Amino acid sequence: MDFSDTKEEAAFRAEARAWIEANAPKHLKPYLERSGFGNTNTGPYDLLEESKKWQRKKADAGWACLQWPKAYGGRGASPIESVIWGQEEGVYGKLSGMFIIGHGMCGPTLIAFAGEADKERLLPKLAAGEEVWCQLFSEPHGGSDLAGLRTRAVKDGDDWVINGQKIWTSGAQHSDYGILITRTDPTVAKHKGLTMFYLDMRSPGVDIRPIKQANGQSEFNEVYFDNVRIPDSQRLGGVGDGWRVSLTTLMNERLAIGGGIATGFPDLLELVQALPLETGAAIDDPAVRSRLADWHVKAAGLKNTASRLLTALSKGDTPGPEASIGKLVAGTMMQDIAKFALDLQGPGGLLTDPEVAEGSARFQAMLLRSPAVRIEGGTDQILRNIIAERVLGLPEDMRADKGIPFNEIPSGGGH
Amino acid sequence: MNFDFSDDQKLLKDQTARFLGERCGSSVVRDVLEGRAPYAEAVWQGLAEMGLIGTAIPEQYGGTGAGYLELCLVAQELGRVVAPVPYGSSIYLLAEALLLFGSEAQKSRWLPGIAAGEVKGALAVVEGREQSTPERIAARVAGGALTGSKLIVPDGGLADLLVVLARDDADGLGLYLVEAAAPGVARQPVKSVDPSRNTVRIDFDGAAADLLGKAADGWSALSRLQDRAAVLVAFEQLGGAQRALDMAVAYAKERFAFGRAIGSFQAIKHMLADMYVTAKLAESNCYYAAWALHTGAVDLPLAAATARVAATQAFQQCSRDNIQVHGGMGFTWEFDCHLYYRRSNFLALELGGLSVWEDRLVEGLKSRAAA
Repeated sequence: MDFSDTKEEAAFRAEARAWIEANAPKHLKPYLERSGFGNTNTGPYDLLEESKKWQRKKADAGWACLQWPKAYGGRGASPIESVIWGQEEGVYGKLSGMFIIGHGMCGPTLIAFAGEADKERLLPKLAAGEEVWCQLFSEPHGGSDLAGLRTRAVKDGDDWVINGQKIWTSGAQHSDYGILITRTDPTVAKHKGLTMFYLDMRSPGVDIRPIKQANGQSEFNEVYFDNVRIPDSQRLGGVGDGWRVSLTTLMNERLAIGGGIATGFPDLLELVQALPLETGAAIDDPAVRSRLADWHVKAAGLKNTASRLLTALSKGDTPGPEASIGKLVAGTMMQDIAKFALDLQGPGGLLTDPEVAEGSARFQAMLLRSPAVRIEGGTDQILRNIIAERVLGLPEDMRADKGIPFNEIPSGGGH
Repeated sequence: MNFDFSDDQKLLKDQTARFLGERCGSSVVRDVLEGRAPYAEAVWQGLAEMGLIGTAIPEQYGGTGAGYLELCLVAQELGRVVAPVPYGSSIYLLAEALLLFGSEAQKSRWLPGIAAGEVKGALAVVEGREQSTPERIAARVAGGALTGSKLIVPDGGLADLLVVLARDDADGLGLYLVEAAAPGVARQPVKSVDPSRNTVRIDFDGAAADLLGKAADGWSALSRLQDRAAVLVAFEQLGGAQRALDMAVAYAKERFAFGRAIGSFQAIKHMLADMYVTAKLAESNCYYAAWALHTGAVDLPLAAATARVAATQAFQQCSRDNIQVHGGMGFTWEFDCHLYYRRSNFLALELGGLSVWEDRLVEGLKSRAAA
């Protein structure tokens, strides 16, 4: 066991640090450091513009999408080098928020399944932040049961004609392209009739409508397709092979979401050291200490588990479904921490105005956003199924739709 | 970064697991639990022959000097089979106390015998039913003679050499070595939640006591000793938690109800997934604590408390829910579930309960923030 860098890693770190020191947008640093949960603070500067500028600068110098091949705008770096870069980039990494889905999920899917000419044309612009991508998977009738999706693609000459609706599409309103999973054959079992495409989000017939969420924000969208035409050349993988293609995307999603996931613990630790209760600092209250210890065990456990995943990656192993535990633990933890931190503040906890509430209303933001963490990218219940079936090897649950042609599966009337 | 055990260390773990798998099955544990044997003597001798007792004792004192990372893995395997041997008491407590605080003469005299498995140990601190505090220690040494009572001494009935916390003439607390067979030492069995651990009450009446370490430094010395022991006990707890989870998973696959394996029901599946998550977090926290123990890191107290709390939670949850998955059969004496339930609750209290270690953990967080 050894936590220090190897000679090569240390050299890489020094190079990354020197470049960041010379090139980072330092005028944004004081704002970025005050970013609350789910909110990237760039002060008087425009977030979209600054994010794109920093991404372009990184790409020009070979510091974007580090693990991608150089020919596609990456650096051909190892997973460990990519992690070292993230550590060195630090607070400026917050400017990557709008690119996470494109870089973490769409890019790897294109690398695995797109044609060579498409890869050379699309990936460098994606890496440089010049074009933004989104992922069009979930539907009103296909969430946890993603393979139950209904958006239809029908072949018409050299094109496919798309009709249907997607939902929970992050960043669709800023996106230039999307990857889209559709049903091309409803007469076979549900996993078998799916096909993946990519499309220009400005294609005629695409209608993007922001969803007003329970917390009042609008990160997600509904996307409607009304006779949208996609050339067959934009198909990713074979006709009917969409499920296998989507698994590549989702595996990368779990890595992207599960890695450095927020738990709220550092904020809580800061709060209890500063907050006075009747008997002294909150951190000296026995009830607070017990909860704090429990959450530290989880936060440290996640961090140490991530170190083990990195070790496995650096040895060339592929992380398995055990990576699912990150989001499963962090979601509930953040929800519980938010509630506890607000309880410590008494009635002051009910304020949500960042100008008035403690810590720019960070715990209030967590309270209202955390229910979604337990749903997006795989619900807590789906993640437990994955752990039970794929890690512990327990038998599958009985499925009422197994082997039945999609168009004969009972659908009920609800959402 | 390389946050994993080496291939040699994993080989040692596998060898230990194979030996214990063959020689320390649950019938051996039951022999001690049901009073037919004071401890698993053949297992203990086998461990000595394999050099596993002296894993972290330097070669100059008769050990193999392999190190603490190796010791952690041996502890994990002992925990997996709930081995009824005084390993923790002899190694994590007695041998460690000698290595940390002993004079050259004390180390030379005792460590070779410990490494060979000939000298077994126990730690005698607790005097009453309340949490131990410095004020509550009444045992006293005057003119080299110890008088007083220790109510709960795990493995005390097996021990040849005791580490005892007691007061001196100037009222300072110190650690003392006391030979268990010496005049003035009377041992009497006490019943505990886990009868596979040989627990006794000891009354001292003028027993010869040899100061270990500095006078008046006993409480902080005990705390240092406990930090190190906590890491090793955490590995035992981890091994027990993993075995309880394995038992539950195996049973959920083979037991059928309503025409299907009970492991296909989400109510069971999700309980098992939660057990896995708690055990996985404990494992990662244990790994970090092993690294801190091995390197003598400054945040060892925080790492140890984190591993201790995590492993206590994991073993208690996994042994409890293992019974739940087994249903009524899990509550029989015949099934092994209760061996793990008993041991998990014994280990949770032996070095001080969860709340004590939660408190130590938060002190560690405060020191880290202040640094």
